[in-house]
Amino acid sequence: MSHQQQHNPFAPEVTFPHPPPDNTKRIWRTFWILLFVTMAEVGLGLFLYANPSFGQGMVYFIKGLMVILTLAKAFYIIAIFMHLGDELRSFVLTLVFPTLLFIWFIIAFLWDGNSFKNLRNTYDPYRKEMYTTPVDQLPDHIKENVEFQKEGALH
Amino acid sequence: MAQAIPGKQKWWSGGKSPYNMEYGKVMMWFFLLSDAFTFGAFLISYGTVRFSSDSWPDPNHVFHSFPFMGDANLPLAFVSLMTFILIMSSVTMVLAVHEGHRMNKKGVIKWLSFTIIGGLFFLGSQAWEWTHLYHVGAWWGSNPFNNIDHTLANPNFTNFFFTITGFHGLHVTTGVILLIIALIMTLNGNFDRKGHYLMIEKIGLYWHFVDLVWVFVFLCFYLI
Repeated sequence: MSHQQQHNPFAPEVTFPHPPPDNTKRIWRTFWILLFVTMAEVGLGLFLYANPSFGQGMVYFIKGLMVILTLAKAFYIIAIFMHLGDELRSFVLTLVFPTLLFIWFIIAFLWDGNSFKNLRNTYDPYRKEMYTTPVDQLPDHIKENVEFQKEGALH
Repeated sequence: MAQAIPGKQKWWSGGKSPYNMEYGKVMMWFFLLSDAFTFGAFLISYGTVRFSSDSWPDPNHVFHSFPFMGDANLPLAFVSLMTFILIMSSVTMVLAVHEGHRMNKKGVIKWLSFTIIGGLFFLGSQAWEWTHLYHVGAWWGSNPFNNIDHTLANPNFTNFFFTITGFHGLHVTTGVILLIIALIMTLNGNFDRKGHYLMIEKIGLYWHFVDLVWVFVFLCFYLI
């Protein structure tokens, strides 16, 4: 039942029509990969939940693993489901290169956010105390103050 | 993995698509890239605010409800189901495109229908999640959940959650509408008449993109 396209009259700009492989094996295989990776991620999430006493290093390690697994899922969805893996290398690069710049965007802004936190904690000890004291230990006159919950406020 | 193309081609000499791809598909990819940057900007702003916060609510304690299970504590269970449904709908979409390549109208109808059902299921689930959270006091400007270290939380958490999942839900909705239009066109025999199912392929790209965004939203809000 395979459909051999010669020069496709409906998209004459395509020089070499290239239908993807005829069987659905690749599709279902990718489904299983995505399913197991998702289950692994959820498993890691529950693992974190079950161990609230983990140190910060361990927590970051697990979260790092989750990020890597998500990137793996993204790769499979893009390459196989969206067929980008079957396209010309030049087209893949047209999409990949801006995305690489995007990674710099991510790093820069997270770094900036962290720096903002550190500067604010250094120069605004009142605010720091308010946000790093457990709620039940806050003095009453603060607890009654609903300023924080003001609509649209970015603290 | 890329195509096997004979010899050296002068792709940019004009008169043909330099990417050996139908122009409509090229434009859809470019649109998806721009939309990826939009969502990326949203998620990065979320990350920036989160990195500038001393602490943040624990998603395992916030997202632990399941429809019809009352007060049962089931962390991450419902959102995992939603993720599975969306991935499943992506699989059925690829199968629909596959059938389209073989000009198999019946196959396209079958798999498109499953994809639409998956999309509607996801939207319904998201609506339930929003309603549930609203009923426990979460909304734009109002955050009843304290941070993981029991310090005072601020509405950033709920503001970002509802805005970004809302934006994503909007994309899923438009995706479902496009899929329904595609289904109607298939039923009417439009693509048989045209001789190709390229429209299904392009809408499929959009649907996969919606799934892809959810994969990252799932990571950023529920896992990390």
